[in-house]
Amino acid sequence: MSWRRLWAIVLKELRQLRRDRVTLAMIIGIPIIQLVLFGYAINFTLRGLNAGIADQAGTAGSRALVMDMLSSGVIAPVAVANTPAALMEMIRRGQISVGVVIPPDFERRRIDGREVAQILVDGSDTAVQSAAAQLAQTPIDSARPSLRAPLASTPAPAPISVVSFYNPQRLSTVNIVPGLIGVILTMTMVLFTGIAVVRERERGNMELLIATPLTSTELMIGKVLPYIAIGLVQASVILALGIWLFHVPIRGSVLDVYLATCLLILASLALGLLISTRAQSQFQAMQMTFFVFLPSILLSGFMFPFAGMPKFAQWFAEILPLTHFLRLIRGVMLRGASLWELWGEVLALAVFTLVMMTAAILRFRKRLD
Amino acid sequence: MSTSIAGDADRLAIRARGLTRRFGELVAVDHVDLDVPARRVYGFLGPNGSGKSTTIRMLCGLLTPSDGQIEVLGLQIPAQADALRPHIGYMTQRFSLFEDLTVRENLEFLAAIQGVPKSRTKRRIDELVDQYHFADRQKQLAGTLSGGQKQRLALAGAVIHEPELLFLDEPTSAVDPESRRDFWEKLFELADLGTTLLVSTHLMDEAERCHRLAILDRGRLVADGTPGELTAALAGRTFLIDTADPRRAQRTLVDVPGVLGVAQVGTSLRVLAGDDKGMIQRMDEALAAAGQHAGVAPAAANLEDVFVAATRGGVTGAGDREREHAA
Ligand SMILES: Nc1ncnc2c1ncn2[C@@H]1O[C@H](COP(=O)(O)OP(=O)(O)OP(=O)(O)O)[C@@H](O)[C@H]1O
Ligand SMILES: [Mg+2]
Repeated sequence: MSWRRLWAIVLKELRQLRRDRVTLAMIIGIPIIQLVLFGYAINFTLRGLNAGIADQAGTAGSRALVMDMLSSGVIAPVAVANTPAALMEMIRRGQISVGVVIPPDFERRRIDGREVAQILVDGSDTAVQSAAAQLAQTPIDSARPSLRAPLASTPAPAPISVVSFYNPQRLSTVNIVPGLIGVILTMTMVLFTGIAVVRERERGNMELLIATPLTSTELMIGKVLPYIAIGLVQASVILALGIWLFHVPIRGSVLDVYLATCLLILASLALGLLISTRAQSQFQAMQMTFFVFLPSILLSGFMFPFAGMPKFAQWFAEILPLTHFLRLIRGVMLRGASLWELWGEVLALAVFTLVMMTAAILRFRKRLD
Repeated sequence: MSTSIAGDADRLAIRARGLTRRFGELVAVDHVDLDVPARRVYGFLGPNGSGKSTTIRMLCGLLTPSDGQIEVLGLQIPAQADALRPHIGYMTQRFSLFEDLTVRENLEFLAAIQGVPKSRTKRRIDELVDQYHFADRQKQLAGTLSGGQKQRLALAGAVIHEPELLFLDEPTSAVDPESRRDFWEKLFELADLGTTLLVSTHLMDEAERCHRLAILDRGRLVADGTPGELTAALAGRTFLIDTADPRRAQRTLVDVPGVLGVAQVGTSLRVLAGDDKGMIQRMDEALAAAGQHAGVAPAAANLEDVFVAATRGGVTGAGDREREHAA
């Protein structure tokens, strides 16, 4: 291994990257766009849903309950009605997407411990539906089926339950940002390296390179190094925006956040290199990337809760670097855990990197055939 | 770097026996035997698809031969390909430097990769920039160079570490005739300095300049030797025919027994015949019988004739007779 040759490759990659405006723009653009899309899309469904209110009780207690709901910011009152039927009519017309009904016998129900209010949800609205999907994660199972119905009335639990009913949704923005670091890095890092080597083969540079004393290890590591820096830049952009726009906390140490990020970057780069030794064209490299990317998004716990997946899917997810990264980053950022406490995930990522990198170097032959 | 082999002019830089490469059904290179003497310009002449690039790739260890032995600079290829790499320069047929790096950046990259000592790098690059006329283009992106300029840059890159052995795969395909002279002067300069050059081409005039050459056709070595030997072997078999209607005369002549090839050159015809006696008379008679007036005269053979003769049945291995004549 020659440091001079290694550095020559790194320098070359950086120089090429500097001239590649589109890729440069994507490096910064992808995280910003994704974060804003994911972050705000979720925020909009959570906040300011048009609501109609039918307070048939009109007592101090019922008014307090309505105020509690409004103060969550999830719904914004746009109409007042006298009967549930009037609210359903408004939902049908699309005037409101949520209706809150408090029956005349509110006080007695409260004493009896029965449901005190009904929430009518417009299930045909995708925004509300995605909110419903988020709600499905909450332990209140009885609320689920009816929320999914196109137009349904839902018996809401007692006032306190209503408040906690919406609380987890707000948390999910906080959940999304750390996860998004993982998702974006998985996609860009695997793709960039996957393409980086294949591109040289397509352009004919590889025939020149393999006729020189350059070793596979130097070439592979030299290609990977610049992208570690790029990955860290991307992670920083997401973190900064997440903290600024969505007040995402970093409860653990910032160093641990970056170490965890480095682990994922390395794992993704190694995987990208392995792909690049297999793919014959940039298009193939791209397809293979998505072959890895889709299960990563779906199975890692980013979109759907890990615990709710069938056993075999869980086993499969354990192979994916993103699964381990999500546990690490959520642990560090949201629960204030240290990497040391999550050593199992660290180990999994390190082993993955080592295996993929070794396979890539072994598979890369200094031959054309 | 170039001390191990340089001193000995008679030594072979490359020796290949029974070199074969198959791609599925296709035999791209078919039992080729090669002896390339050191410190010479050795030509590889052949039409498209004759296996020139494939042979070169096998010789520098990029492709594994299906069969045969290769010894390059005393190393067994492909087994010892890694040990060979520092000693060779390879200019690929397709431009393989980085189009999105500048001329100078490309040279800097290659200098580092090829292990040119750091202290010498700047001087060496300045030298090459000067020799290869890139003084006012150092900051130009390689991708924006013209075809001929790219090939000049590729050659500069291939010699940056002063290799003992240079493989040049159709290095002048995009170079204009004027610059081609300049290019070949550089090649001979390199040979004088002790470099062995293996140059592939499909241009006869380029092949004529080589010290020795091998002619490939459909993967087979059909002739090899010095250009002089190869053309001398055809003495008495080439003719020039002056006629008012060359196209009609051509149709007449191709049917004459013994005629291997007829090609129109301007208003006259070039005929290559087999090793038969009395060809002039036979052609005269045929033309007269067809009612055409034409003058048939013997002509000196050129490499094109050699090529035609070699591929349509005729001479092979003219060089085997007097190899030492090459020096
Ligand atoms: N990787 C490959 N797979 C399949 N066939 C190949 C491969 N490389 C070369 N060939 C075939 O081998 C034959 C020789 O190819 P080669 O490139 O060596 O010819 P060449 O003499 O260099 O021709 P040109 O003058 O056009 O460069 C051709 O028929 C070509 O199609
Ligand atoms: Mg070729």
